[in-house]
This record gives sequence, structure tokens and C-alpha cells, in this order.
Amino acid sequence: MSNQIIQGILLGGYYALIACGLSFMFSVMRIINLAHGSLAVFAAFALWLLASRFHVPPFLGLLIVLPLMAAIGWALQRFLLERSARGGALLPILTTFGLAIVIDNMLFEQFGADTRSLAPYIGSLSYDSWEWPGGIYVGKLAVIMFATAVILLGGLQLFLTRTRLGRSIRATSEDPDTAGLVGVDARRANAIAAAIAMVTVGLAGAFLGMRATFDPYAGAPQLLFAFEAAVIGGAGSLWGTLIGGIVLALAQTLGAQVHPQGFLIGGHAVFLVVLFVRLSTSGLGLRGLLRLPSRSAP
Amino acid sequence: MSASAPMPVIERGTATSRIAAIATALIIALLAIAPRVLSAGAVDRMTALFIYVILAAMWNALAGFGGLVSVGQQVFFGLGAYFAIRLADAGLNPFAALFVSAMAVGAVSWPLSLFMLRLRNGEFAIGMWVIAALTHLLINLDRLVQGETGTSLISLNVYDAGPRRVTIYWLALASMTALLAVLFGLLRGSTGAAIRAIRDNEDAAASVGVRVTGTKRLLFVLAAFGIGIAGALWLATSITFQPKTYFNVQWTAYMIFMVLVGGIGTFEGAILGALVFFLIETWFGGTGVWYLVGLGATAVLFSLFLPRGLWGTIEERFGLRLLPVGYRVRLTGNPAALAGDGASSPPRQTIQHQERA
Repeated sequence: MSNQIIQGILLGGYYALIACGLSFMFSVMRIINLAHGSLAVFAAFALWLLASRFHVPPFLGLLIVLPLMAAIGWALQRFLLERSARGGALLPILTTFGLAIVIDNMLFEQFGADTRSLAPYIGSLSYDSWEWPGGIYVGKLAVIMFATAVILLGGLQLFLTRTRLGRSIRATSEDPDTAGLVGVDARRANAIAAAIAMVTVGLAGAFLGMRATFDPYAGAPQLLFAFEAAVIGGAGSLWGTLIGGIVLALAQTLGAQVHPQGFLIGGHAVFLVVLFVRLSTSGLGLRGLLRLPSRSAP
Repeated sequence: MSASAPMPVIERGTATSRIAAIATALIIALLAIAPRVLSAGAVDRMTALFIYVILAAMWNALAGFGGLVSVGQQVFFGLGAYFAIRLADAGLNPFAALFVSAMAVGAVSWPLSLFMLRLRNGEFAIGMWVIAALTHLLINLDRLVQGETGTSLISLNVYDAGPRRVTIYWLALASMTALLAVLFGLLRGSTGAAIRAIRDNEDAAASVGVRVTGTKRLLFVLAAFGIGIAGALWLATSITFQPKTYFNVQWTAYMIFMVLVGGIGTFEGAILGALVFFLIETWFGGTGVWYLVGLGATAVLFSLFLPRGLWGTIEERFGLRLLPVGYRVRLTGNPAALAGDGASSPPRQTIQHQERA
């Protein structure tokens, strides 16, 4: 059982990776990007294409794909989100949902319905494991994934609190107009934040491809996982996202123990339970399910 | 003339809208007798159109009027079909099962609304998607459904194909008409004022005593009920029930497309959008993936460049109202007295922005 728990915790690293971009973007721009999962799958396909067609190993391929994702994030913010956000809070939901449909079906058009994986291109890493005391085997990939999540979340936290750019992003998220008054270019800050978010999405997509299989329509479940982990992690710091990811993964692991089809059910159920508890204790609406670390509690 | 004060007249309709009301009644009557002349295939297609109109109108009621954008409305579509299967399996007449099922969906949506309506915007949107995904997984556990293999509404097969087809057509037409009439009545009545107030500014509406949550709940349950009927009717036309098909997010994608293209927050827009979608599907549905890419791209473009949709734009441009649900203020006096330098205004000026419905 302790083996299952460790595997669950390590899987939580993946959910934290995919969730941190979503909650980062929400906390900065107040937008939930419904194309989030589809973009992660897009990144996975890009790496797969590089590996299968041009023999670029996935870890090297990241050097191409991550800048590409950053560019996509920048363009996404400039040409899509910025414009639709002016139309109110509901329009970006519709725009990004439409975008997700376009991405999913374009991927299907291009790559067909086959499920793919990056596992064949990373050598023995996909199945190598370390033996820990107590006869527990942990996959090297899972450990790398978890470590990446920790480093990424810590790096993001440091970036937001310690650098000038990070502070200007936080200022923009607090109050774009006032930030503008003190010389912060809100458009630039938002575009950079979107680019950073997409880089994390690219990383998440890479690990999605390495640890499992994916197909053109795999984006929707990834979006749900990201959302659930971000909400379970809830208020507080980006570290909350890591805890959210771990809770989600543990619930899924437990669900799979109870019933063969219980993996996903367990995850959704724990999400709803957390939501229910949060709603009944807060009394207020849920203005702050997802929030930025700098924000002080109301 | 110039000395007389402007006399605002509150109108609830225009000459056009009165003609439109008669035309609507005529169209419905014609549709009711249409199966006499239509081929079997055409009857099926028209049934699909009615279902699309229901879907669009219900999603529009929720998003356009209630300000609740959900990407999980497929949950009610799937449940509508599933409950019908269950009820028919328990021995209920399959046609009756369709409507009892929709009522069950409405009943389920009420406790759900207590919970979900406290989420906001995007959180509500994806939260509903989670609900849909979870419901799909749970329904797969039902032995009757046999997982993704699915099952059929077998008891419907005792009826001959011809009469069955026409009966379903009539049921769909009647459901569509009744749901649109209920929605129209709601929007035109006192609830309608509350609904529009919430749509325009929720906090302000609450501050002047509008029962925000109660009104939203009403729309949520109505939309669930209507989409439940749509799901049950779809099951009746296609007989087979595969959870994957019914709980597919594409249903919500269709709803969003129809409402965005037609005109979100306008009563006529949803109907127009359903018609546009129906025609696009008829012409391009065979192109498969590119058709879906086109739908998504069109939805994005409309939300970016024409957020009020086709009908919203037409309405704005021409001041046209066919099925007016709002109030319209017309000044009969000299508009210049009010508008300052508006001397060039036509003598019977309609203030467009007084009404948005």
C-alpha cells in the first residue's frame, strides 16, 4: 500500500505541472483557458513529431517546443484573450473553448486517431526505476517529473516575488489600471505571463507524452485534471497546487483500488468533496478558488 | 410642436412583431402538417432541427440571460436519454418515458444548482464539465448500459417505423414550441425584467432587490429540463444509447456555436443560430474533421468580432423586433428637446439602448 501512496504522490507532480499554468493564468488575467489541455497535447504531438520524423530526442526537442509554446502564449494573449476579455468575463470562456475544438480537430486531421507516446524515444528512462528501502520501486521518470514540478513551482514563486518582471506581473493582476499609473505596461506583463504559462503547459505536455499515451482528444481530461488540482490546492501559494495535484492523484489511486473503473471517479469525487467543504465553510461565493500567492486573504 | 414635452411611450411590441406573431403561429401550424408531404428522411432531419432549436434556446436561456456559461450541459442531454432507457426498461411506455425522464432531469438539476450556482464564470463552466464527466463514468457502471457498449430503447421497436417517425416528429415540434413559449413567457413577464437585470449587472440587480440566485436557479432547472427532453428525443430518433455519444462535450460545443452565431442573449438569435447550424451540418457535415474545425473557428471569430451574433447585429442595425420580450421606449414629442443637438434626428426616434433583449 505504501508503494501505491508513493506512486500517487509522484503522479501528483504531473498534475501540479499541468495545473500551475492554469492557475497562474487565472490569477494574473482572470481567465480560465479552456484550451489549456489541448495545448498540452499539442506540445506532446510537437515533441512526438520531432522525435519520430527528425530523430530529435524529446528532452532535446523541448529546446524547440518550449520557445514555440512561449510564442504561442504571447500570441494567444495578444490576439485572442486580450480582445475577448474586453467583452466581459464570459467571452474568454467561449473563445478558448472554440480554440480547444479547433486544436483538437486539427491534431486529429494531422495525426489521426492513433494513440501515441513519447516513451519509445526516451530509452530505458520510461521503465527504469530505483529501489528504495523497504522494497519499493520508484520510476526514474516519475521522480524526474516530481522534481521538475517542485523546481518549476519554486522557480515561479521566486520569479514572482524577487524579480522586477514578476512584481510587475503581480501588480497587473492586482489592479491593471493602477499598475499602469506607476509605469507597468499591463499588456506586456499579461503577454509575458501567458508565455510563461504556456511554457509550463509545454513541459506538462512533454511529461504527459513520456509517462502515458495521448491522442488528439486527450486535451479535455488534462484540462479537467489541471482545474481539479488547482481548485483542490486552492488559495495560498503555488505550493497549494502541488498539494492539490498530490491529493488528486492519491484519490485516483485509491479509487482504482476500490473499483477497476474507479481511477477517474475517485479524482472527480475528491474534487467535488473539497469544493463542497469549501463552499459550506466559506459562506461566500467562490471568488477566490484560484488565486495568486501575493494576494492577501480577504 | 417644439414646445411640447416629449411623451415617452412604452411599447411591448411593434407592427412587425405583431405580424411576426401571426407568422410564427402559421409556421408552427405548417410544420405540424408537414409530415404529410415530407419524405421519411426529411422528417428525421426536421426532428433534428427541432432538437437543435431546443438545445440552442436552453443554452441561451442559461448563458445569454442567466449569465451562466456551462460547458457541461451534455450531462443533462445524456441523463435525459439514460433516464428514458431506465424508465422504459422498468416497463413505462417509451413515449411517456421521454417526458418523465426530462422531469427527472429537472428534478436532479435542482439540488445540483444549490451547489454549482455558487461557482463563478469559468469555475462554473468547468465545474459543470467535471459533473458531466463524473456522471458519464457513473452511468457506465450501470449493468443495463454495459459500459461503452451501450444499449437501446428496445420497447420503441414495437411501433411501426412510419408512425413512430411522425410521432417523434410531432413530439419534438410540440416540445420545442412549448419550451420556447415558456421561455418567451418567462422573459416577457416580471421574471424577464429580473433576468435582464442580472444579465446586465448582477451586483446592481441584487442591490435593487432582484432575487439573483432564485432567478438563476429557475433558468438552470429550465435549461436542464429542456436539454433533458432534447436528449430523450434524440434517443427516440436514434434508438441506441452509447454513453460516449450522449455525454460528449460536442453537444455543448454545438449549443455554444448556435448561440454565438445566432446572437447570445436574444430570444430570436438562438433559433436563427440553430437554423444556421442545421444548414451548415446538412451541407458540410460530411466533411468530418474540417467541419468541426470550421465550427470551432467560427465560434472564435464570432466571439471576437461579432459578439452579439447575427441576430444581435441585425437588431441593432435595423431596430427590428420579431418576438419582443423587452420594453421599448419611444419618444413621440420633439426629440431635439431631449437630445440637444439632435435636430437631424428623425421625428419618431426610438431609443435603442433603452432596450436590449
